[in-house]
Amino acid sequence: MALPENSVGLVKPQRFVCGTPLALQNGDTLDSYELIYETYGQLNADKSNALLICHALSGHHHAAGYHHEDDAKPGWWDACIGPGKAIDTDHFFVVSLNNLGGCHGSSGPRTINPDTGETYGPDFPNVVVKDWVNSQVALADYLGIQTFAAVVGGSLGGMQALQWAIDYPDRVRACVAIASAAKLSAQNIAFNEIARRAITSDQDFYEGRYFEAEKNPDRGLGLARMIGHVTYLSDDGMGAKFGRDIKSGDFRAGTDVEFQVESYLNYQGRAFTQYFDANTYLLMTKALDHFDPARETNGDLVKALAPASCKFLLLSFSSDWRFSAERSQEIVDALVRAKKNVASAVIESEHGHDSFLLPIERYVQALGTFLQQSLRANLKLVSGEPT
Amino acid sequence: MTLRGDLVLIHDLVNANARVLDLGCGTGDLLANLQATKAVNGYGLDKDPDNIQVCLSKGVNVIEQDLDAGLSNFADDNFDMVVMTDALQAVRDPRGLLREMLRIGEECVVTFPNFGHWRCRLQLGLGGKMPVSKHLPHDWFNTPNIHLCTTQDFERLCREERFRIIQRRVVNTQYTEHWSIQLAPNLFGSHAFYRLGRTE
Repeated sequence: MALPENSVGLVKPQRFVCGTPLALQNGDTLDSYELIYETYGQLNADKSNALLICHALSGHHHAAGYHHEDDAKPGWWDACIGPGKAIDTDHFFVVSLNNLGGCHGSSGPRTINPDTGETYGPDFPNVVVKDWVNSQVALADYLGIQTFAAVVGGSLGGMQALQWAIDYPDRVRACVAIASAAKLSAQNIAFNEIARRAITSDQDFYEGRYFEAEKNPDRGLGLARMIGHVTYLSDDGMGAKFGRDIKSGDFRAGTDVEFQVESYLNYQGRAFTQYFDANTYLLMTKALDHFDPARETNGDLVKALAPASCKFLLLSFSSDWRFSAERSQEIVDALVRAKKNVASAVIESEHGHDSFLLPIERYVQALGTFLQQSLRANLKLVSGEPT
Repeated sequence: MTLRGDLVLIHDLVNANARVLDLGCGTGDLLANLQATKAVNGYGLDKDPDNIQVCLSKGVNVIEQDLDAGLSNFADDNFDMVVMTDALQAVRDPRGLLREMLRIGEECVVTFPNFGHWRCRLQLGLGGKMPVSKHLPHDWFNTPNIHLCTTQDFERLCREERFRIIQRRVVNTQYTEHWSIQLAPNLFGSHAFYRLGRTE
């Protein structure tokens, strides 16, 4: 099978082994850790075109391209990353990693704890957004990148982008937070708790030590995914996709009826258990819940954003109720009050929170234009031309 | 980049490094110019996706927001100048919006087509039909302009609301202040430009 022309093509994950200890927000220290990452495009001579992708809850390092010629699907954000796409690999050197605590190759619950020689499992420290950003800084140092032209992320990824802007103002020129929030609402935390409870109440969970027990909390993890999935879609979107279509059974014949939407959700839940780790799910949702940069400034987001010096783009989607446009607007309002450069757009879409993964025309255009414009402005800045 | 006549008038009023909010910023010409020439900290509000896209390509701080939804998300005294060019007549609550502009900004600049212009009067008074002109190119059934006024109407509102008129310029279709206009601005001016402040 020939790969599409606007694809980054075949890519190979790479490994960064960090021997410098990482002090975590919860007081623990990771003496050493590994991050798996991919890169797309070419780093230019003055290393000014690097762009970091931060992934969301169930994401990972494989954001674009293919691992094998016969892969059924490309990376999770292939709609936006590639030559001529919004995140244009003809211009940007894109870095995408699997975060600490993930389950796709970076140090996390599924990897070996070097102190004990055993799988971390539930003992992997509860890392938070700030920790991820600090580990991403270590990766940037390793790659020789002093300053990112942009840090980009959707949902939980957008939170990392915001944290970058706050914690490392000298190392990021543009921050793009898509379908994100400065903190989760009570309703959003509630959904996460239901998902966590589904996992921890599965009898195959074994207090997180299901590896040793040679089990996996498939039912709980699948259920967690199903709940999440419903909240990532919109009522209209589900209506358009499934309606009340029937997959099997017959009302008139009196047989059990399965709706298409049930079949779809059950499939999604089952599939998720094949590639995702329950402990990672718990860790990621907790990181989401805890994120609140304004906690350090007595709840004042304007003050929290004060150190930032980059320009911002906030994108949200009309039908997203898990990370609604109002959450992005809160960030925009705080940035205006903090006198930061910020642009925003609310994209019309019926696909709910999942919109950020889809090639929606206006969304892709806005993202691409903002990134190109800020890259051009940076180049002028470097060469001393007026912007 | 050449600025439209009314935008030049505004450009000249803004101080370097000022904080400016442009309501209904369109394609962002004013803000792009102010950013480049006066290093202002400027933001534009617009709700049109095409306009927003053009603003992004210019590096303008454009924020997607519908003026009819109000400005309650902006803090008091947050801007040196709040600008609204040719949008007053198209918003649902012009008076409320003007109050808001002077709440969040120290001063504001408002421009609008003068419905008292003799052509409008002629078309309605003698022609018996709703005026259509260069500034008001729409028919009555498809016009976004739902709150048209004359300079006289506007000034009465300013008196009632105790808005201080710092400056008034009434211009013709070429945005120039011909002496003849000043004889009877509400009759000869096709476009009005007001700089307002609060009454102390």
